[in-house]
Amino acid sequence: MLLIKCPFCGPRPELEFSYGGQAHIARPKDPASLDDESWAEYLYIRSNPKGLHAERWRHIHGCARFFNVQRNTASDAIVATYKIGEEPPKPVDPGLEEWSSRSGAAL
Amino acid sequence: MRRFSAISLFREALGGHETWPRQWRSPEPKPAYDVVIVGGGGHGLATAFYLAERYGLTNVAVVEKGWIGGGNTGRNTTIIRSNYLFDESARLYEHALKLWEGLSQQLNYNVMYSPRGVLMLAHNIHDVQSFKRHVHANRLNGIDNEWLSPQECKEFCPPLNVGGAMRYPILGGALQRRGGTARHDAVAWGYARAADARGVDILENCEVLGIRRAASGRVEGIETSRGFIRAGKIGVVAAGNTSVVMNMAGVRLPLESFPLQALVSEPVKPAFPCVVMSNTIHAYISQSDKGEMVIGAGTDAYTSYSQRGALHIATHTLDAICELVPMFRRLRMLRNWGGIVDVTPDRSPIVAKTPVPGLYVNCGWGTGGFKATPGSGDVFAWTIAKDDPHPINAPFTIERFRDGVMIDEAAAAAVAH
Repeated sequence: MLLIKCPFCGPRPELEFSYGGQAHIARPKDPASLDDESWAEYLYIRSNPKGLHAERWRHIHGCARFFNVQRNTASDAIVATYKIGEEPPKPVDPGLEEWSSRSGAAL
Repeated sequence: MRRFSAISLFREALGGHETWPRQWRSPEPKPAYDVVIVGGGGHGLATAFYLAERYGLTNVAVVEKGWIGGGNTGRNTTIIRSNYLFDESARLYEHALKLWEGLSQQLNYNVMYSPRGVLMLAHNIHDVQSFKRHVHANRLNGIDNEWLSPQECKEFCPPLNVGGAMRYPILGGALQRRGGTARHDAVAWGYARAADARGVDILENCEVLGIRRAASGRVEGIETSRGFIRAGKIGVVAAGNTSVVMNMAGVRLPLESFPLQALVSEPVKPAFPCVVMSNTIHAYISQSDKGEMVIGAGTDAYTSYSQRGALHIATHTLDAICELVPMFRRLRMLRNWGGIVDVTPDRSPIVAKTPVPGLYVNCGWGTGGFKATPGSGDVFAWTIAKDDPHPINAPFTIERFRDGVMIDEAAAAAVAH
C-alpha cells in the first residue's frame, strides 16, 4: 500500500485516496475544431510510461481535494506531490507536450 | 523434438529419465529473420507456432527479456471460458476455446485443459438480468451457457454458501460447462517446444531496446541486449510492457498498465469441483491439480510496472471468498504475486496492424488474456503472414477508438476485471 503525502493533510495511507488517472491532460481550448484523431488522443491515448508518471489523486476520505503526484511506476516510489495548478517538479511526458502544442491545450 | 508417448516414456524410464533432450534449443540470434515476435509469453509463442504450423513462415524468432513462462503466462489464474456478450468478442474467445479442446494433441504436450465448468454467480437483480442476457446472447452465437437457480448452483458446486446469511446472497449463476482451466506453464512450454521443433528460434534473456525504422517508415529490425536483429516484420505481444515497446517505434496506444494480483492456498485434497467467479463481490477461485486453491484478486487503482500489488486488494478478495465458501476460512494462503496487465478503454484487446509498415501489435488483453492464448496466436499469425487481419480479429483495431466503434465489454457487467 502506498503512503501518499496529501499536500493539504500530510502523509496518509492509500486507502484514503482514489486514483484519478494521468495528470496534466487539459481539455482542448476549441473542442469544435478538433478532428477525430485528436479527440481519440485526448480521450483514450495515455503515455503509460515505465518510470516517472504524473497522476491525479483525490483525498476522498480526507479533505476531498484533488492534487497531483509524480511517481516512479517501475518502483512505485512517490517522487513528489503538489497542488493542482502548481508547476510539476519534474518535466512531464514529451509525447503529451507535443500533443498539447498541436491541439492548443494548456498543460 | 522427441515425441511424448507411452513408448517414449517407457524407453526413457529404462535409462532413468536421464536422456530426455532439452525441450527447446537456446540458439544465438541470427542476423536476420522474416518475422520477429517481441514477447515470449503464451500469446507470442502461440503466434510463432501458428506462423510456422499454418502459414509456412519458419524463419521466425521470439525474443523474450526474461525467461519463457516467467511473465503473465505463469502468473494468471488459468480460467478458460468464451461466454462474452458481444458478437465480436464471442467469436474471438470461442475460436480460442475450440483450439483449447485439441491443443494437447496438436502440441504433443499435456496442457491439462480441464473443462470442469465455469460458474459465474449473480448476487443482485442487475446481475441476474445481465447474466440471463449473456446466456441468450451466447446461445445465439452457438456458445454453451446456461442459467442455474441457487439450488442448482449448490448441486453443481456443493461448497457454496447458498441460502446462508450473506451480505450479497447467491441469486443464481451462469454456467459454461466447456469452460475450465489449463496448466499455464505447460501452455508456454508446449508452444515453445512445438514452435522450436518447427524451426522457430526462441531467444531468452534478450530485451528489446529499440525498434529501427527505414527512411520509408518501415521497420528494419530491433536493437536488443544481444545485438541488432534485422526483421522483415515485427509483432509486438508484450502485455503490460506494450506501451514501452511501441513507444520505441513512435506509436502511442490507448493502454494503461496495472498490477493484477493472484494468490494460492496451501494444497488440500480435492474439495472444489469447478471454477467459481463472482464479479460483484470480486472473487475467482478454482483448485489446481496440485491441490492449491488458485485465487484471483483485483487490479490496484494505479498504473504500475512493479509486478506487485497492495495487500488490501488481496484481502478484499479473501473476504469475499470466505463469505462464498465458509469452509475456506481456515485455509492458509501460501504465496501471492502480481503481474502487469495492459488495459484498453473498452476492455477489449487490440490485435491489428499499426500505422508503421511491418509492425503489428497484439495487446490490451487486460485481466483476461490467458483464455484466448491459442486463438489470439492464430489470428495474429494470420494478420502478420497475410499483412491483413483475419475476419475474427478485424474489429479489434487501434482505429476503433478514433472511429467510436468500441467493443464495449467494459460495460457488459459479466466480464471479469
